[in-house]
Amino acid sequence: MTGVSSEGPLVGKLAQRAIAVTAGLFEMGDPPRLLASSCNECGQPHFPRQETCPYCSADGCTDIELSNNGTLWAWTAVTSAPPGYKGAVPYGFGVVELPEGIRIVTRLTESDPARLSYGEPVHLEIVPVYQDEDGRDVVTFAFAADASDAPVQGGE
Amino acid sequence: MDRVEVAGVGMHPFGRFPDVSLTQMGVVAVRAALKEAGVERGGFQAAFCGTAYGGVASGHKVLGAIGMTGMPIVDVEAGCASGGAALMLAASSIASGQYETVLVFGIEKMPKGMIRSSFFEPWQEESGMSATPAYFALRAQRLMQTSGVTKEHLARVVVKNRSQGVLNCDAMYRSLVSEGEVLSSRLVCEPLHLWMLCSPNEGAAAVVLTRAPSHGANAGLTRESRASSVSLLAAVLRSHLPGPVLGESTPMAGLVESHVVASGEDGAFVNEATLPSATTLAARSAYEEAGVGPEDLDVVECQDTDAARELLSYEELGLCSDGGAGAFFATGATERGGRLPVNMSGGLLSKGEPLGASALGQVVELVRQLRGDAGDRQVDGARVALSHTVGRGANAGVVILRG
Repeated sequence: MTGVSSEGPLVGKLAQRAIAVTAGLFEMGDPPRLLASSCNECGQPHFPRQETCPYCSADGCTDIELSNNGTLWAWTAVTSAPPGYKGAVPYGFGVVELPEGIRIVTRLTESDPARLSYGEPVHLEIVPVYQDEDGRDVVTFAFAADASDAPVQGGE
Repeated sequence: MDRVEVAGVGMHPFGRFPDVSLTQMGVVAVRAALKEAGVERGGFQAAFCGTAYGGVASGHKVLGAIGMTGMPIVDVEAGCASGGAALMLAASSIASGQYETVLVFGIEKMPKGMIRSSFFEPWQEESGMSATPAYFALRAQRLMQTSGVTKEHLARVVVKNRSQGVLNCDAMYRSLVSEGEVLSSRLVCEPLHLWMLCSPNEGAAAVVLTRAPSHGANAGLTRESRASSVSLLAAVLRSHLPGPVLGESTPMAGLVESHVVASGEDGAFVNEATLPSATTLAARSAYEEAGVGPEDLDVVECQDTDAARELLSYEELGLCSDGGAGAFFATGATERGGRLPVNMSGGLLSKGEPLGASALGQVVELVRQLRGDAGDRQVDGARVALSHTVGRGANAGVVILRG
């Protein structure tokens, strides 16, 4: 999984075998993308995409691209599986701040909180969480520390 | 608006009772509250039942089991503040003149371990985004960063509350713990260890509200119950304003403060730096309604879902300054014998958290405190008390009582 983002496009390598955990959140391209919107009235950014602005209630939002690079704002690790979870533990979990003025709740590829620090640069990756009954990787978005030389696997 | 009094309270202990049904627990609490209030069949005109996991017509099943139906019975779901929401509806229905006497109860029977909430979509569960303690942990980490809170403070909150739980026969955990034991309990989500988290469990609590005697005959109430009655000065429920990423509304994203001019509750634009939480909205409104401020409080029960949540509540309820939770706790003010004892029932950390019943469990404790009936847990001379619950939704309930 280390190579999902660093060894070239996920499309072509994994596309037939990987499926998104849900539609409409992210694109698995190279680079991957979070699918966001912003309000035509107040300009606030939303993730996931909205049709009505949750901040000012105006109808009418425009799709925007969010930066794939941000900084770490809060982090922890989940050490035992929550109900319904199909992946492995421990896994990293936190909040990342992006330059567009948005904070995203996200999985983190690093599952040892001691190896992360406040404000540390992070980037978006698409990571496998579990395999479905057909053996396909079910993937989701996660953020990884730029500095981490050997990212811990998202699902391990 | 008419004045509302608490005429009686009752509890089924909080804990795990594999052989007792949800309905049976409700019956125990309701019977106790009605008996204390001197209210019999036909003596209340409406009932509100707080429950999050009870299912269809949970309140009807309880009152049906004791042959007390016919009046409106409304089940109320507001997450961890379900009981507070039920109390708000009951109080306003009396204050507005609609009813004379109203029964409020909360019931819950939850499985052990991490809460499974229908709030989350299946994909969120499958991909690990529904781990409730992880959200608590992130909030705790932020509090440590902004409010001088340390892991030792978190452990000491547990020690404080558990030392009171020892004295409460309605609590689930009734043994003393040390700071070292808390810190060496299993790490759930850094910085939160197992004993810093409350246990979802089972239980029931009930409260009978009635119009104050000057405004009606109060048929059915005994003189004894009036003599020991407690005034309900405010019962407020509020939801969140959008923006904060770690608010109890549990959004998938939020805004960076410096970028935010968010829409306020009244539609006006307010700056995120001053954007109040659901708890703060409820507290401000309750203080105003009750005509008291945080400085007037003698005893508080607040939401200690986890140890950090209690400390955050100090700030949000205005018990200390923003950013001052760590220093305020370190003064010992909220300990037994301190200036403002908090969670003298043992808190949810000792009692466990049956969601629909937890807020009313707090009210039962505070009514006992205000009557001087709290036994070994009594805070001497307690006159004004505040109950606070908050959880997913966001839902925040604040109740202010005067003895």
